[in-house]
Amino acid sequence: MADTTAQNTPKGWLARVADSDLSYSFVRSPVTIVSTIVTILFFISAIFATWIAPHNPFDLASISIMDASLPPAWMEGSDSRFWLGTDDQGRDIFSTIIFGARISLFVGFASVIFSMILGISLGLISGYVGGRLDAFIMRVADIQLSFPAILIALLIDGVARGVLPREMHQDLVFYVLIFAIGISGWVQYARTVRGSTLVEKNKEYVQAARVIGIGPIVILWRHVLPNVMGPVLVIATIHLAIAVITEATLSFLGVGVPPTTPSLGTLIRIGNDFLFSGEWWITIFPGIALVLLVLAINLLGDWLRDALNPKLR
Amino acid sequence: MLTFIAKRLVQSVLVMLTVALIAFSLFRYVGDPINNMVGQDTSLEEREELKERLGLNDSFLVQFGRFAANAAQGNFGFSYQHRRPVSGLIAERLPATLELSIVSAFLAMAIGIPMGVYTAIRRNSWLSHSFMTLSLVGISLPTFLIGILLILLFGVVLRWLPTFGRGDVVQLGWWSTGLLTASGLKSLIMPSITLALFQMTLIMRLVRSEMLEVLRTDFVKFARARGLAEKYVNFVVALKNTMVPVITITGLQLGSIIAFAIITESVFQWPGMGLLFIQAVGNVDIPIMAAYLVLIAFFFVVINLIVDMLYVVVDPRLRVDSAGGH
Repeated sequence: MADTTAQNTPKGWLARVADSDLSYSFVRSPVTIVSTIVTILFFISAIFATWIAPHNPFDLASISIMDASLPPAWMEGSDSRFWLGTDDQGRDIFSTIIFGARISLFVGFASVIFSMILGISLGLISGYVGGRLDAFIMRVADIQLSFPAILIALLIDGVARGVLPREMHQDLVFYVLIFAIGISGWVQYARTVRGSTLVEKNKEYVQAARVIGIGPIVILWRHVLPNVMGPVLVIATIHLAIAVITEATLSFLGVGVPPTTPSLGTLIRIGNDFLFSGEWWITIFPGIALVLLVLAINLLGDWLRDALNPKLR
Repeated sequence: MLTFIAKRLVQSVLVMLTVALIAFSLFRYVGDPINNMVGQDTSLEEREELKERLGLNDSFLVQFGRFAANAAQGNFGFSYQHRRPVSGLIAERLPATLELSIVSAFLAMAIGIPMGVYTAIRRNSWLSHSFMTLSLVGISLPTFLIGILLILLFGVVLRWLPTFGRGDVVQLGWWSTGLLTASGLKSLIMPSITLALFQMTLIMRLVRSEMLEVLRTDFVKFARARGLAEKYVNFVVALKNTMVPVITITGLQLGSIIAFAIITESVFQWPGMGLLFIQAVGNVDIPIMAAYLVLIAFFFVVINLIVDMLYVVVDPRLRVDSAGGH
């Protein structure tokens, strides 16, 4: 949408972005700027984890049990090579966090996209077609909404464990997890998109499109969808934070990402066993990383919601 | 009003049937029930005979009917892992979870509602701002991490509070309570705070936004204009009118508190249903998973019904206009 409008105006799109209300409220909110920087840092370190992490925690040749359970660099008995310390197997905590955040973000993103596709499609169909189909989809949504997402995700994960043979489940664990978290979050999108579709479908431009003989799929995709994307974007941002927390929770409970490719949640679970022997850094640093990531995304979502809501200006 | 309640009842029964169907399909088709009961050396004929005797050759509907009838009487068969009736296992664990959940729900409301009212009335005071910031941190802190931090601080560093289990329990009939012993109460402190914190922030934010809406309305302005005391206006006139959404959300949250208890129980090794369930998920112990699913769904449905009925009590408009849907 952005590039088609940009062609019609003499200014370039960059200038238009800089002039917009969105960037005005962005520049005026220091909290938002900081949380954007934090989020971007996480994304960059996730994408380039192999180059940024000082050690490769999964390269068995480079880790040594001699380095096990070293405290952070500012404490006594530490090693300056590992500035956040090491875990019980001698892996550098800072590096495992970078790789863990990568997996957390990957699972989170994939689940959000899955939820989004499912929710938007069902919402568009529900709103545009109406009738019994609409009633059915919304009833299912109502029922699902009365159960917490974490319970649904847990249940799907548990069923997958039962249905799939053990070896197959290990291969598919990421897909199962993405499916479980994704399924548990589609309702929000569907409801919002349905509501906006109901409004948009009676507007003149949609009717005009229908009159000149454009099919319903093209109308939904080209005309209705762009107009319902604003609220969807807000939901997606906040949902990303929820998806990351859900993944971390499942992994912490031991039914998520396996310890061989740990996410932040798995790292916290591993470290939790060493809490009582005083090795707090194994669990607390991944915990702080998780909170920072989720808080930054949440703040960003909060700002986006307010900035896109004309009532609050 | 009666049609409203009746409609909800029908919907509840439908939900329960759907959940029972899912639970039954789990039970019947995930893994082979026979394989889970007999050893390696059982012959094919013996397996067939057992299958016949257990009625596993009957039609789907007959089997489902039997399952539903058994479930309604609280009979969910034997746990694969514990080799004991599931109903007994759950009855043992139920009091622990319910005590934890109810104490947490109470904590969340007792702290969340006043905080919400305060942040709405004194919108710009520094205390309100810090409450709001804290609540955002509270939402961003996953439940299990709150538990770990509390354990680290009060259990490992300060050594004030026990970090796992329920402490000593007193048996009252089949109900075992930890509320009557000092060690039981001490053990309850950290898990209940962990469980309450998220709900508390939710309730606080909700009460705040509802209050802000109501405070802007004409009848509140009019109450002020009449010279009613500020406290009366805020806490009686305004708060009363925020109660419908607050009751709904809080009621529904009681359900999610029971569900979130899975996480808290897992962190604190609290011997409740949630711990039983999460171990069942890890070990693919289908009868326990099915039973937990049905039980939780039942809790949710009952809570939803009660909330709907409270609606009618709190909001007089619903008593007249019952055809309004939701």
